[in-house]
Amino acid sequence: MIAELGLAALWLAAALAGLQLVCGALATRVMGHGDGATTELALVTRPVAILQGGLVAFSFAMLVWVFVITDLSVKLVVANSHAMKPLVFKIAGAWGNHEGSMLLWVTVMALAGALIAAIERRLPERTMQATLAAQGFVALGFYAFLLLSSNPFERLPLPPAEGMGLNPLLQDIGMAFHPPTLYVGYVGLSVAFSFAVGALLTRQVTPDFARAMRPWLLGAWVFLTLGITAGSYWAYYELGWGGWWFWDPVENAALMPWLAATALLHSAGVLAARDALRAWTIMLGVVAFSMSMVGTFLVRSGILTSVHAFAVDPRRGSFILALLAIYIGGALLLFALRAGTVSEGQRFAIASREGALVVNNVMLSAVLAIVLLGTLYPLLTEAFDVRVSVGPPYFNPVGAVFVVPMLLVMAVGPLLRWRRDSLGRISRELALVGALILAALVLVSILGEVELLPLLGLALATGLAVASLLPLRGRALRRVPLATWGMVAAHLGIAVALFGMASDSAFTRERLVALAPGQDAQVGPWRVTLERIDPVAGPNWTALQATLRASYNDGPPTALAPQARSFWAPAQQTSETALATRWNGQLYAAMGGEAPGATGSPRWQLRLWWKPFVIWIWLGGLMVAMGGVMALVGRVLADVKRRSVTRRAASRRADRAEVLAAGANE
Amino acid sequence: MNRWRLWLPLAVFAGFLALAGAMLMRPRDDVVASAMVGQPLPDFTLRPAVTDRPGLASRDLVGRPRLLNIFASWCVPCIAEAPQLARLAARGVVIDGIAIRDRPEDVARFLARYGNPYRAIGADDVSAVQLAIGSSGVPETFVIDPAGRIAYQHIGEIRAEDVDKLLKKLEEDGT
Repeated sequence: MIAELGLAALWLAAALAGLQLVCGALATRVMGHGDGATTELALVTRPVAILQGGLVAFSFAMLVWVFVITDLSVKLVVANSHAMKPLVFKIAGAWGNHEGSMLLWVTVMALAGALIAAIERRLPERTMQATLAAQGFVALGFYAFLLLSSNPFERLPLPPAEGMGLNPLLQDIGMAFHPPTLYVGYVGLSVAFSFAVGALLTRQVTPDFARAMRPWLLGAWVFLTLGITAGSYWAYYELGWGGWWFWDPVENAALMPWLAATALLHSAGVLAARDALRAWTIMLGVVAFSMSMVGTFLVRSGILTSVHAFAVDPRRGSFILALLAIYIGGALLLFALRAGTVSEGQRFAIASREGALVVNNVMLSAVLAIVLLGTLYPLLTEAFDVRVSVGPPYFNPVGAVFVVPMLLVMAVGPLLRWRRDSLGRISRELALVGALILAALVLVSILGEVELLPLLGLALATGLAVASLLPLRGRALRRVPLATWGMVAAHLGIAVALFGMASDSAFTRERLVALAPGQDAQVGPWRVTLERIDPVAGPNWTALQATLRASYNDGPPTALAPQARSFWAPAQQTSETALATRWNGQLYAAMGGEAPGATGSPRWQLRLWWKPFVIWIWLGGLMVAMGGVMALVGRVLADVKRRSVTRRAASRRADRAEVLAAGANE
Repeated sequence: MNRWRLWLPLAVFAGFLALAGAMLMRPRDDVVASAMVGQPLPDFTLRPAVTDRPGLASRDLVGRPRLLNIFASWCVPCIAEAPQLARLAARGVVIDGIAIRDRPEDVARFLARYGNPYRAIGADDVSAVQLAIGSSGVPETFVIDPAGRIAYQHIGEIRAEDVDKLLKKLEEDGT
């Protein structure tokens, strides 16, 4: 019954998405006829969008519910859950699979649509109608996909006695929150997409449009940043390989929308402040969500092989590809037809805030193109029957060609004024940053043998960290707008993360040792002693657990307990790593099996890493997201304040007019 | 911005669509041929895993084509493939087993419950043989030719539709 309720709500929501499209499109048409022309249909669009959001949220809640009670007559539950699983993983199981994650996708999309329908009142109503129509149109396709080829509520004729369980790698608390976070980001970008399409349709590409879009974009971007940061940390401690980014197609699928959204965020800033870069901003609005959809396609069609591929079905692939053709193709066609009629807006000099932001945009787009090319390249060569895989040897150096100049400009850009400035005015700051970068370069290369990229990373991180604080110099800190604090925090976060990445690749110490209980090994400043090996058991796994005692520079010992786990539903082995975290890095221990060929007392394989400053990567990621939150709150507060001032001024004017009118009557 | 440049994104996207569409239409070849196929079995001698069946040594695996099944009593998919193994045994196929990281009493209980199609079962307590023959999980099934070479590797449980495929492989190697 619960499953049927969820399915019914989903069908209703799909019908409402269709209604939203029709009403919005008709209203856009009618309202385009002239001043004041309107239609009652326009009044329907917003409530329909809100209702649709409510229905899908209900449907998603029903799916979670069948997972919580382990309803084994539902096919999806049987395939992905197990009665013995802890509750939190039962809930996470609802979206740890293809159908559930697609339902989560439309849920987030419909909720975002409901939210803009409920509270976005800053744009001309006609643009809003077009925007909501676009949102309904995109949602409709994904409803069709869900209902016709991936029904999450499908029943089994004969319920089995027990479910098959969830992929053990996904049975981790990080996994419970990582996909929803990422999805809010991915799909939140649909709002920017719909805004861009709406603005193109009504030719209203104005600073107001950019200001209205920006908070929504910021929100999605914050979630995307958090999702990527969390996903990277999950891969780092759960996969047990000690790496934090693998250039896996699925990681790239999350990185590409982030790069596009970051570029969009900055170009929307230029449009809002200076009424320039109109066509470019629209273009990025379309591209950002398109990257989300392309990413989904690449992951879900199984067209690229990846560790993340948990649903490989070519029929579904064709369906998503058709959706891509309609939505991305349609939006790009609209762009090609209409963008020519959107004038480019204000001009500006190269040495100006806008100029720096344009450079930043071009560089981000170049990195995006590189990541996209690298991700699609195996597909391209496979068409000619050559199987290749593209990895760090391509992405790191080629990406760096654009990232390094981008970081340099990023250090300088915020110091420049809008419209026209000269580098001479900020020569002292430039000299300071340049000197810092050079000093760091020299210092690090004297200290040790470091490869080129980590060396550049360390130097740039130092310069950027200081440069990102410089916009605060000489200002009354209390009066600095919150949005500026947000920018400072985000840029500083990039510097911090960069420092972590560079330090990790430059200074990591790795050892693979075979120890008998009582023996010890040295890795970096840590001395690690294997105390004993015990078998331990969990609710759905058994494991060998090593108890380690680690001490940093002969300091007080820390206990670590890495495990080699065997899950039995489904049968799979995973490595539970153990970490000892200090402010200046992490000791990372992973347990292997028994060392082969050992005679006498058994010896056990341990993989140990000392990773200096590695946690700064994720700390930086959090700072970037935090900066986004500050900017979002700052923008919204400023907007509310501005509107209440305008309203009060208007009411005061009205009062005065009334008084004057009364006086005239006497 | 020039007019033609506005069409550029659409053109790039069209290229992507064409490529992705073409790739989706192609039949996929997901069979990864194991590097061990065609190789002789490595030398091993395993103690019996249960009392009523002999242990297993590589020199026993010659003379006629046979299946070598890697299983464990703690492995759930192994239960799922038991009926298929029974069918294969009923058709006269010789099946040798290797029990991975298991205890005799557990193996005996497993066989009592789900059937015992095995001629001999060796106990591989540290996965040494399993790794040496290129198997990374349980269950896996190898077709061994009369000369003791690995002719085929089946990864995962044997499903009903795999039985005929395995029989055909065995026939090919018997001639």
